[in-house]
Amino acid sequence: MNDMLAAAAPDRQAVKSGSGLERVLAQGDFAVTAELGPPRGWHPDSVKRKAQLLKGWVHAANVTDNQAAVVRMSSIATGLIMIDEGLEPIVQMTCRDRNRLAMQSDLLGAAAHGVRNVLCLSGDHQSFGDHPGAKNVHDIDSIQMLAMLRAMRDEGRFQSGGEIAEGGPQFFIGAAENPFADPAAMRPYRLRKKAAAGAQFIQTQLIYDLARFREFMKKVVELGVHEKVSILAGVGPLKSPGMARYLREKVPGMSVPRSLDARLEGAAEGIDAGDKQALNRAWREEGKRICIELIREVREIEGVAGVHIMAIEWEQAVPEIVKAAGLMPGAPA
Amino acid sequence: MIVAERKTLEAIAGMVAGSRKVLAVGCGTCVTVCFSGGRQEVAALAASLRMKRGIEGKPLAVDEAMVQRQCEWEYVDTLAEQVKNYDAVISLGCGVGVQTLAERFPALRVLPALNTLFMGLPSEQGVWEERCQACGNCILDKTGGICPVSRCAKQLFNGPCGGSQNGRCEVDASIPCAWHKIWERAEAMGTVEALMEIEPPKDWSTSRDGGLRRMVRQDLRSPSEEEGKE
Repeated sequence: MNDMLAAAAPDRQAVKSGSGLERVLAQGDFAVTAELGPPRGWHPDSVKRKAQLLKGWVHAANVTDNQAAVVRMSSIATGLIMIDEGLEPIVQMTCRDRNRLAMQSDLLGAAAHGVRNVLCLSGDHQSFGDHPGAKNVHDIDSIQMLAMLRAMRDEGRFQSGGEIAEGGPQFFIGAAENPFADPAAMRPYRLRKKAAAGAQFIQTQLIYDLARFREFMKKVVELGVHEKVSILAGVGPLKSPGMARYLREKVPGMSVPRSLDARLEGAAEGIDAGDKQALNRAWREEGKRICIELIREVREIEGVAGVHIMAIEWEQAVPEIVKAAGLMPGAPA
Repeated sequence: MIVAERKTLEAIAGMVAGSRKVLAVGCGTCVTVCFSGGRQEVAALAASLRMKRGIEGKPLAVDEAMVQRQCEWEYVDTLAEQVKNYDAVISLGCGVGVQTLAERFPALRVLPALNTLFMGLPSEQGVWEERCQACGNCILDKTGGICPVSRCAKQLFNGPCGGSQNGRCEVDASIPCAWHKIWERAEAMGTVEALMEIEPPKDWSTSRDGGLRRMVRQDLRSPSEEEGKE
């Protein structure tokens, strides 16, 4: 166990959740997680396919909960398929779609089926999704959800204070943080609040702006938060200059330096604008290279305990990135 | 104030399609102040309805009336004789006003001409903004006088979500992020430390979730009402 985690030990239970991710982090190994988006249907095949693609290349994979407020297969149900396929799920749960009763009941069920990692999120607003007229719940917020899960696990109590039969479910509890959202000065403190509420690991929003991330982490380390919670830096390969622009201009809370658009464009220099296939290939290769460089950079930042690779609808890129970045030495060839 | 806006003429005309003689009743309080249900708006709606039905060859008589507050029996009672002469009453009051009329005059069709939007204020000329959702358990002391229940799209109690950018809400860039404002105010007042405390889950039983809400002030109740209850 390295110094960072030794310092955190009194705050944590010994690794007893049965989470592989928790074990990796407790050993002081650099953790690698990815993301698996459930299908917009009921067939399990795409989940199985994606799980096989990621299996062995990551320690665990997030399974999103109606991501972008679009209806998809339930994150817990998808997570169970992943377990069957031998890929450890990090089940995401948002505050948008469930009240405290539904959350606790679903989590008891998830625990019964072997889910050990849960990521607590506020959730994207329903106006972005496919049911903009839906009523949102937000009975509790993500920080209150963290505290609820911790009390379920450590005290064996429901949010009401009532006792959970035969003890609480053992979860490894996570949360997200966006270092690039505003108010910037509040972000490190909000991270500290999440750690205080019960978060044991954090996955950040996609990082493209290293300067701002370094600044954020400097403050996080100053506050000693990295000793309380394992921080996984969020990275992801860009697919095109258009994607870089889209993330910068259309996704709230994203910081994407313009130099990256230029790099992607530069990679496609000399390629005929009509040859879409060649363009895409060049952009994607450059996107992966940028991602690999970012992984190497964030790995050197104090307080970063792992990376969370978000290759949205591009899971195939994950093994290549992991291999090229020198992560997961024991991964399949 | 309670802020409301008028339904479309088509929607209102549809409700009175089978009527020949209706009374449009405005309210002299909140909806007058937000220019939705005052004397002028009653006159405008009445004129539009008459014209529309005239063009369609099915004339509709629309009379106009005002009460000072549609949400109180004593004001609504002033209409008791008058309403007997109509097929229906179109209320230009808020949802409370419509229901007060419907409850007072059980034999009468009472129809809403407005959509009641929220409790709020005129934030600038011609713009009204929500400020309170009547959750029944005010926490404005903890949030610097800025309400995350009514002003945050996700009703967060422990800080802004990851979609707050440049002081704006991820839902719509025209909406200020409530938590950005709460943070700025706390910084200016030197009270950010208080925002570091974890706010526990809210008890929503005082909100709409608890069912019909009622406030009883025993000290204001008359002995006869108390007896009536026995």
